[in-house]
Amino acid sequence: MSNVFILVDLQGDAVSKTTAELATAGARMGDVTAIVLTQPGKSAAIVSALTGPISTVISIESEDLATHGVPAYADLISQIVTEKKPSALLIASHAFGKEIAGRVAIATDSGIITDAVDVAADGTATQLVFGGSTTVHSKISHGVSIMTIRPNTIEANTATASPTVENVTKSVSDVAKKVRITATQPFVKGGRPELTEANIVVSGGRGTNGDFAAVEGLADALGAAVGASRAATDAGWYPHTHQVGQTGKTVSPQLYVACGISGAIQHRAGMQTSKTIVVVNKDAEAPIFDIADFGVIGDLFAVLPKATEGVIARKS
Amino acid sequence: LLPPSNLCLMKIAVCVKQVPDSWAEKKMINGTLDREGVDAVLNDLDEYAVEEALRIVEAHGGNEEGGAHSVTIISMGPERATEAIRKALSMGANDAILISDSALAGADAITTSAVLAKVIETGGFDLVLCGTESTDARMSVVPAMISARLGWAQLTFAGSVVVDPAASTVAITRVTDAGVDSMGASFPAVLSVIEKINEPRYPSFKGIMASKKKTIDVRDCAAIGISVQGAWSLVADSAPRPARAAGIKVTDSGDGGKELVDFLAGKKLI
Ligand SMILES: Cc1cc2nc3c(=O)[nH]c(=O)nc-3n(C[C@H](O)[C@H](O)[C@H](O)COP(=O)(O)OP(=O)(O)OC[C@H]3O[C@@H](n4cnc5c(N)ncnc54)[C@H](O)[C@@H]3O)c2cc1C
Ligand SMILES: Nc1ncnc2c1ncn2[C@@H]1O[C@H](COP(=O)(O)O)[C@@H](O)[C@H]1O
Repeated sequence: MSNVFILVDLQGDAVSKTTAELATAGARMGDVTAIVLTQPGKSAAIVSALTGPISTVISIESEDLATHGVPAYADLISQIVTEKKPSALLIASHAFGKEIAGRVAIATDSGIITDAVDVAADGTATQLVFGGSTTVHSKISHGVSIMTIRPNTIEANTATASPTVENVTKSVSDVAKKVRITATQPFVKGGRPELTEANIVVSGGRGTNGDFAAVEGLADALGAAVGASRAATDAGWYPHTHQVGQTGKTVSPQLYVACGISGAIQHRAGMQTSKTIVVVNKDAEAPIFDIADFGVIGDLFAVLPKATEGVIARKS
Repeated sequence: LLPPSNLCLMKIAVCVKQVPDSWAEKKMINGTLDREGVDAVLNDLDEYAVEEALRIVEAHGGNEEGGAHSVTIISMGPERATEAIRKALSMGANDAILISDSALAGADAITTSAVLAKVIETGGFDLVLCGTESTDARMSVVPAMISARLGWAQLTFAGSVVVDPAASTVAITRVTDAGVDSMGASFPAVLSVIEKINEPRYPSFKGIMASKKKTIDVRDCAAIGISVQGAWSLVADSAPRPARAAGIKVTDSGDGGKELVDFLAGKKLI
């Protein structure tokens, strides 16, 4: 059986939900080895938190990871990949994951596919391109199949993992140490779910006029993450990390509620693949209605509080 | 005696891509993007890289005639990419190199980064600036790949850039989903800049006129000394996704919120 590597995806020191999704995708193609890269003293807790179909863990602790960033991660992974020659390497699709994947592809002479939303047993990846309007199936034809997979697109098998653990010592090559990180400020996670992992996302745009209370109210009633259009993040009404769209995050939740958002093509690019789309907008002609399963033509300041009340009433 | 500015001439390259207009609907033909059917423009996100390169040199003596530094635009693409390059030149870059070859049609990120790295390597640049993403390929990997190929420092997703030409160092704040990192390196380095970093200037009339006299050096693969391999990721098939079925639309007359909740309940979403 072929051997598939996944890079354990971390949020701070916590194992993200995406890790089990990567393992689930990897298990379709072969036996899964999970690579844990972390600071000295931190790997044991990470390994014990792993779930999903993982048979082996390769764990490397290094001080250089935090100091040198992406190139250091890519360098260590490239060393293991060159040594163990897996058939595929799966990494979470975000800025950090994609850059690592790109560097490992160069170091190991391999092809790369980014932003896959599904992977088949034969290594064929499904991607949604052009803002989700087109489905593409593609496959890597050279070297290790390096693929980055979008969070929240593969249904994870989260069975308890009881892998064999190999603790490996490796050092980062000098060429990967050219950048020095002097300070790191992780984004503090609020009480709400992570945008790309959430089952429900409620987003606000220019129509909120800077007042996100109604949007947040509905989000909290639904247990949802809060998103924003670029108009809202550019205006400083909501942090850039919450921007949905081409230059923000791509989300594909079960439910996306767009409030006071017109539906520009760059916004749709980040949410078009949501399973169900609900819209509240006072302009009946707004293009966002074209992709809505349910749309309310109305003022969000009137509609959202009523909806929030209704959700709370049904839940209690 | 040399004036001090001559001791720290900066040569900056900016990688820009010509892409189909991000406002246009795109489609695939035979596994590649149909580039004929849509308007082609300078990748919006690369304008921020051009702007930042100009700001870096302007903060240290400028790149105009008599200025100490230079900004060179590098692009790989079809001949008509000269239109997008002209825009970057009219913003104020000095000159440009376009690598254009029929063998490069349908190139993947592996090939693109090989071509760009080859040109950069021979150009004697101190810094290379990129956008964070081409709006058509949307891979966000080319800058990291160029850095890996050249063995240069990788300073990507920069939300701010500070250059010290005398010390030959560059510091950035990296802004991603994960957080904000402060980092720095010595020249040479590959940077990418996020779209919150600056507000790209509009080309002035003077800039547009001047750009017409600027050189775009068009080279093919043989001229840069690279032989092209086929893409390492092969598209098996592509199909437009079925349009979403028309949804329900109601006008709020007091009950809109309640109707919304009924819809969610009907769909078992609450
Ligand atoms: C290169 C590039 C990248 C981009 N990337 C992104 C991206 O990642 N994400 C993104 O979102 N955009 C992006 N954009 C911007 C995009 O083109 C739009 O400008 C933006 O999405 C508009 O945001 P909006 O819908 O909130 O604002 P608007 O288009 O101004 O729409 C506001 C809507 O709110 C409605 N409204 C107003 N008041 C109310 C009310 N009281 N109740 C209900 N409805 C109300 C209005 O009818 C209108 O439809 C990008 C653009 C470019 C060029
Ligand atoms: N064909 C190209 N020519 C020049 N620069 C490119 C090309 N493709 C990508 N780039 C640069 O790499 C960045 C990231 O592109 P990508 O990895 O394709 O999303 C872009 O913003 C450009 O700066």
